[in-house]
Amino acid sequence: MALDAKIPKGPIKDKWTDYKNNINLVNPANKRNIDIIVVGTGLAGGSAAATLAELGYNVKAFAYQDSPRRAHSIAAQGGINAAKNYQGDGDSNYRLFYDTVKGGDYRSREANVYRLAEVSGNIIDQCVAQGVPFARDYGGLLDNRSFGGVLVSRTFYAKGQTGQQLLLGAYSAMNRQIARGKIEMFNRHEMLDVVKIDGKARGIIARNLITGEIERHSAHAVVIATGGYGNVYFLSTNAMGSNATAAWKIHKKGAYFANPCFTQIHPTCIPRSGDYQSKLTLMSESLRNDGRIWVPAKIEDAKAIQQGKLKPTQIPEEDRDYYLERRYPAFGNLVPRDVASRAAKERCDAGYGVNATGEAVYLDFASAFERYGKEQAKIHGIKNPSKEEIIKLGQKIIESKYGNLFQMYEKIIAENPYETPMMIYPATHYTMGGIWVDYNLMTTVEGLYCIGEANFSDHGANRLGASALMQGLADGYFVLPYTIGDYLSQDIRTGKIPTNTPEFDEVEKEVKDRIDFFINNKGTKSVDYFHKKLGKVMWDKVGMSRNAKDLTAAMSEIKAIREEFWKDVKVPGTANEMNVELEKAGRVADFLELGELFAKDALIREESCGGHFREESAETDGPQKGEAKRNDKDFAFVSAWEYKGEPADAVLHKEQLEFKDIELKQRSYK
Amino acid sequence: MNLTLKIWRQKDSNAKGQMVDYKVTDISEHMSFLEMMDVLNEQLVNSGEEPVAFDHDCREGICGMCSLYINGEAHGPDRGITTCQLHMRMFNDGDTITIEPWRAAAFPVIKDLIVDRMSFERIQQAGGYISVNTSGNTQDANSLPISKHAADEAMDAATCIGCGACVATCKNSSAMLFVGAKVSQYALLPQGQVEAADRVKNMVAQMDLEGFGNCTNTGACEIECPKGISLENIARMNRELMKANLL
Ligand SMILES: Cc1cc2nc3c(=O)[nH]c(=O)nc-3n(C[C@H](O)[C@H](O)[C@H](O)COP(=O)(O)OP(=O)(O)OC[C@H]3O[C@@H](n4cnc5c(N)ncnc54)[C@H](O)[C@@H]3O)c2cc1C
Ligand code: SF4
Ligand code: FES
Repeated sequence: MALDAKIPKGPIKDKWTDYKNNINLVNPANKRNIDIIVVGTGLAGGSAAATLAELGYNVKAFAYQDSPRRAHSIAAQGGINAAKNYQGDGDSNYRLFYDTVKGGDYRSREANVYRLAEVSGNIIDQCVAQGVPFARDYGGLLDNRSFGGVLVSRTFYAKGQTGQQLLLGAYSAMNRQIARGKIEMFNRHEMLDVVKIDGKARGIIARNLITGEIERHSAHAVVIATGGYGNVYFLSTNAMGSNATAAWKIHKKGAYFANPCFTQIHPTCIPRSGDYQSKLTLMSESLRNDGRIWVPAKIEDAKAIQQGKLKPTQIPEEDRDYYLERRYPAFGNLVPRDVASRAAKERCDAGYGVNATGEAVYLDFASAFERYGKEQAKIHGIKNPSKEEIIKLGQKIIESKYGNLFQMYEKIIAENPYETPMMIYPATHYTMGGIWVDYNLMTTVEGLYCIGEANFSDHGANRLGASALMQGLADGYFVLPYTIGDYLSQDIRTGKIPTNTPEFDEVEKEVKDRIDFFINNKGTKSVDYFHKKLGKVMWDKVGMSRNAKDLTAAMSEIKAIREEFWKDVKVPGTANEMNVELEKAGRVADFLELGELFAKDALIREESCGGHFREESAETDGPQKGEAKRNDKDFAFVSAWEYKGEPADAVLHKEQLEFKDIELKQRSYK
Repeated sequence: MNLTLKIWRQKDSNAKGQMVDYKVTDISEHMSFLEMMDVLNEQLVNSGEEPVAFDHDCREGICGMCSLYINGEAHGPDRGITTCQLHMRMFNDGDTITIEPWRAAAFPVIKDLIVDRMSFERIQQAGGYISVNTSGNTQDANSLPISKHAADEAMDAATCIGCGACVATCKNSSAMLFVGAKVSQYALLPQGQVEAADRVKNMVAQMDLEGFGNCTNTGACEIECPKGISLENIARMNRELMKANLL
């Protein structure tokens, strides 16, 4: 099937407006006869469910947690971008568009990104109207901060809990619709497959996680908003339950999976401490606004620190290597995430890491304490303040900005970051790849939509900070509600979709057989055993830097783990009850297939792009020597994979990307 | 560390539950409490037993999913944290640790340590929102200035994660801290004013209907709340309710 992205004609700035003016609408009376299933109630699914219900459709929403408010979106800390130009520092829709395309290393679709920038301002208006308590300045107006990779201050935030507050906003909008009976909420339900009738998505099979009951649900359209697949690495910053199951199952039923290898590695996470570790914790990137990143300049000092013989505070200024400021003078500590991550790994691989495992660098606030302290002393008219007084005053300011993050760090590491620099290391964080969708957010299966982190659309190869929240809410509040209407306008005479059909029978049987297999398999190893094994291959061979040899090896290793899994996995308990191991088994089974496709996708992408350094593709000379080398001539495409059985047999379709409004340039943050 | 765990096991909501003893060995002080539970569960699975079911997701102290009543305290010893943020360094080698689910009539047990907190959902559906259309025709955000003080205070109330520790720890199983926090967020912001009276009346009525007890100002909830939600919010809710009833 040829990929048609259905990008509207005309100049980029008019595309979305023209599109909206020309699509078919559904009459309000008819909306009442149309059902929509929304799977996932994070920022994307929650906002979509609320808005679709507001418009008058009957919405059935599903989530595996007990409440929409607990979706993984809740964990986002830093903020959300919007081109409001409230700061008057030169921001505009075009500039947000430009920064996002550039930050995505020219691997995202221009038309989608422009639309995202265009509706970004609306998101803030909407959320404020819902009562989201964004940070304010003393004049009562909204405050902003800046994030890595850009030169304007366009990030709106609510302390270090922006995702939480935005999600609570969407959740409250959902609650209003639940109370009105327009949303039927299925908590603790997991979608296990999609049902197609005459080629169209018409329903899902879900498991009630409390009773184990397998349920059939039908609708005129199905929206997947199930988040990202970072947990394919086992250790990531994602919530423990974040999974790829819904996305993978629709892939198997005909939805193409795009750019699976585009994962974002976040530079500021709390380092790993031991084999028992279950997840990694992110420290918001906003910390890089005030913290300076360094490692010892001398290898002896690094060794002494690793052995606990020297403290960071004992290393004099001249013996510290502020490697980001050294290598990238224009952006310094605010280079994009991929650049910061790779640079940290480079220093640690060279032996300069600062914790026992040698996998950590410092994030130091000492100079920020001093800078803010001096300013505060002036503001409060304190004459000749002592150094201690200055530091105290500065610490207060840092506390008001990032207090909860500092507290979180202290709880985990048992060190006070006001007294000693934090330790950070990169970790898997966000997946830019996902289900391929066209401009309407429809997958390659008719009537099946995919929004938020679960789709691939707007981020290209390296999402900048604060744009995932923006995309999730843009999709859910403002884009999908229009585009899905155009499709559903064909369905006003269809009537209720029955669930007692052969199509539902068949998919339900597949789902049940699989569950029975797990329960009856007489294996010897736990689900986590396999998940950890997969994660290790992913991190070692399909991580931040990649080469053809390792990727080829990874593909066969993952296949071998998968075969072992199906022979030897052990799942205690029964199918007809709450069974957490059974839930995990299904998710890991899907990760074991996705992981292999991920490696395959990385293997064909013979260029360094975004977060991924392809060792065979680096600049060999000039000022960029050693930096990542992108190859626009051969790789300015989206890779969209069609399922053909084994992941290794997946067929590649290319969506060629066109850049009409932005000139393709090598990224330079020097 | 080697530890003895006394854990509440209950097959489902109808079954009778009981405390069961388990031993875990080689627990590192750097582990989180839930990672220690993972170690136990891995051990149980390997020996063919059913692992202990407990709720969790983000493991970062923000989703409000984890619960656990540890040694008689909601979210265990240590203050200002959730169970997933509790670390084993708070315990000593040889300790016996008692682990139970939240106990409150309005939070029935689903399995082992997992309880049903849907009553919180219904309270919010009763009015915990601002009735604004979500399709993007709202006024420019800066056309409604809000003082920094009000925004910060609303933010403090809004940080409630809906975990239910306040209920679990209260001798009356009162949900006033949770409901107070929700009411306060909107009461402090200009956007929420139009429906303020209905909101508080409906939410409090639903709270009573769900079978939560009354507040007798003991303040245990504030002490155990992982997000430092202050009792001031209960007072504000009561004031709002009084105002609403006078209207
Ligand atoms: C620690 C952290 C910090 C972050 N900080 C920022 C930030 O500051 N700014 C920013 O822009 N982005 C940030 N991100 C990224 C951003 O949070 C996510 O990309 C975004 O929230 C994803 O939203 P979503 O709605 O697509 O998915 P999610 O919020 O992950 O929601 C997924 C939903 O799907 C449900 N679900 C999943 N599978 C199934 C199934 N099979 N059946 C039924 N339901 C299912 C879940 O229950 C849940 O409701 C951060 C991410 C992390 C991990
Ligand atoms: S008030 Fe505190 S203890 Fe109660 S639900 Fe909210 S966060 Fe949890
Ligand atoms: S698991 Fe999310 S708060 Fe503990």
